[in-house]
Amino acid sequence: MAEKINVKTMAEYAAEGTKPEILFWVGCAGSFDARAQKVTVAFTKILNQVGMNFAILGQEESCTGDPARRAGNEFVFQMTALQNIEVMNMYGVDKIVTTCPHCFNTLKNEYPDLGGNYEVIHHTQLLQELIDEGRIKMTEGGTFKGKKITYHDSCYLGRVNGVYEAPRKVLEELDTDLVELKRCRTNGLCCGAGGAQMFKEDEAGKKSINIERVEEALDTGSEIIAVNCPFCLTMMTDGVKAKEKQDSVMVYDLAELIINNQ
Amino acid sequence: MIGQIIFAILSILTFGYAAFQFNKIRQNILLGQEEKIEGDTSLRLKNMFLVAFGQQKMFKRFVPAIFHLFIYVAFLMTQIELIEILIDGFTGSHRFFASMLGGLYNFIINFIEVLSALAFVATFVFLARRNLLKLPRFHKAEMNGWPKLDGNLILYGEFLLLIGIFSMNGADMALQAKGETSYSLNLIISSNLGPAIFGGLDIHTLHIIEKFGWWLHILVVFGFINYLPKSKHLHIFFAFPNTYYSKLDSRGKMENMDSIMNEVKSMMDPEAAFDDSAEMEELPVFGSNDVTTLSWRNLLESYTCTECGRCTSVCPANMTGKKLSPRKVMMDIRDRAEEVGDKIRSGNPEYIRDDAKSENAVLSAENFDDGKSLFDYISKEEIHACTTCNACVEACPILINPMESILKLRRYELLTESAGPTEWLPMFNSIENNGAVWSMSESRDQWVNELNKEND
Repeated sequence: MAEKINVKTMAEYAAEGTKPEILFWVGCAGSFDARAQKVTVAFTKILNQVGMNFAILGQEESCTGDPARRAGNEFVFQMTALQNIEVMNMYGVDKIVTTCPHCFNTLKNEYPDLGGNYEVIHHTQLLQELIDEGRIKMTEGGTFKGKKITYHDSCYLGRVNGVYEAPRKVLEELDTDLVELKRCRTNGLCCGAGGAQMFKEDEAGKKSINIERVEEALDTGSEIIAVNCPFCLTMMTDGVKAKEKQDSVMVYDLAELIINNQ
Repeated sequence: MIGQIIFAILSILTFGYAAFQFNKIRQNILLGQEEKIEGDTSLRLKNMFLVAFGQQKMFKRFVPAIFHLFIYVAFLMTQIELIEILIDGFTGSHRFFASMLGGLYNFIINFIEVLSALAFVATFVFLARRNLLKLPRFHKAEMNGWPKLDGNLILYGEFLLLIGIFSMNGADMALQAKGETSYSLNLIISSNLGPAIFGGLDIHTLHIIEKFGWWLHILVVFGFINYLPKSKHLHIFFAFPNTYYSKLDSRGKMENMDSIMNEVKSMMDPEAAFDDSAEMEELPVFGSNDVTTLSWRNLLESYTCTECGRCTSVCPANMTGKKLSPRKVMMDIRDRAEEVGDKIRSGNPEYIRDDAKSENAVLSAENFDDGKSLFDYISKEEIHACTTCNACVEACPILINPMESILKLRRYELLTESAGPTEWLPMFNSIENNGAVWSMSESRDQWVNELNKEND
């Protein structure tokens, strides 16, 4: 039996009069969506393995407000954002890592105007750092060696925040055979979930955006579609199912790939 | 002498009418809300230099970028020749700079000739691309009618201009070969082509062709100056201010609505209610429903748009058959700005808002209401389809941000009209009441149990 992993909250650290190295912002999807939870679990295991001092906010975490703001509902955004900032400032949070590029973007780029100033990184950036520092040990000839993998740039990590290399470096470390999508990096195609689309049906059209993207991914002949966002994870998984390829093509977050490689 | 008088009258009319038209555009753009332009000026200048002058973003698509560059550089260089044309036109001289500049003049005219030849090729390629290749982005619904004609007209105009330049230079070189000129030029194209085509003509006819070329050139230029304000080709000027004023903030940052932030702050903390910024004299505008509630910079963007459709061609909503087209949004904003501007300038009291109507009331931007808004141009269905993916923002070669205007319209719909897709309501309610996008009965950290279940 493996040792029990203890995930401490900011409140617990504060009670001890200490502060963790980093706050792990789990996000709504990472907390509640069954599939995204697996990513949360995988990333937590990695943090635990490398012995990083981290905490979560637990019950004190709320939605960052990204979908509300992009839907146009500034009131709801301000309410949830100001509450989050109050909590984080109370704990003196200075560094945040998150597995969701939407949370990442809002925390990093939008909270400063509201009085929340933190150093925010996406988990793929932290994973790359940990690999570079030799803190994550990769198995030689691991599970994914030589496997064809394609990587889907999420809009909010890629085009919006310019993070293209860190996730690719992680894939390189896994010894995978990375096949780029036709539309990648700055030209990456959205999965269809952003701008609060996740929470409503599509407008009338020819097809769903996730189908367009999955077709492109299937064209690469990859066995695995690697993503960095819980919403992309849902959209791409749904797309693969719609194309009835769920038995031959898997959709994984980068953190899961690392855990599965060990 | 008569030629000089006609030229002077035409010049005055041309520049006078152009000034009148450009002033109307200025007024239309200033219908927008004020917006503070902050941040590093040197960074703004750098953007303008690289993106507008240097065409940096055009080169994401290399082939059209090269042809576009030919026309662009030819256009820039022709401005040098235009100075001489204006001097010749007013004074009745012929090739005013030829003897003055000597070898340099020969070099400049040669440079223009080569660029003109390249521009000729590019014009042909662009006409073929627009009309024969059926590139999807040139054939979307919003391109029917005037936009399509507009795109072609300028290319026909370009042809006329080039015919003018080459018939003038060609006839001059034929005259030079006959010893009829005071200068001696050696032009790469016209020194060969001119005598070959026009060599057999008599001197009188050659002078007429030379004059014809000269007049054709300047008349196309005069026409162009007054055509620009009605055309997508305004980008040749507006790309410069547009790139200069484009936002320096991260793309991921939506403009903070301070009035709402302060209200929410005061709800959370009674003491914050006495913040100076929380006091508002008039009702704040939530989002945008018209050109008067967008910012002037958004309107500048709409006039800068050259309808190339790069934004629409990469829009995930558009490519999957939804109605949203970022280009159409920009075109609609410009059309509406023209409509509102024209109506306000008409002074027609019919357009005064009902509650502002009185005997002495004068129509102005403040009391204007024609019973219409941008939503008569842009449907809710269009703005709902945006995934905020920023592909349109990335695609625009001159830093227009259609997404910003789309999101301002969404804000109006949600905040001012309290409308919007009903499917969003549960998400808003959940965030408000449960702090999560979904209403869940379990607690936010229950995944920790999953973590250790797997570990057991």
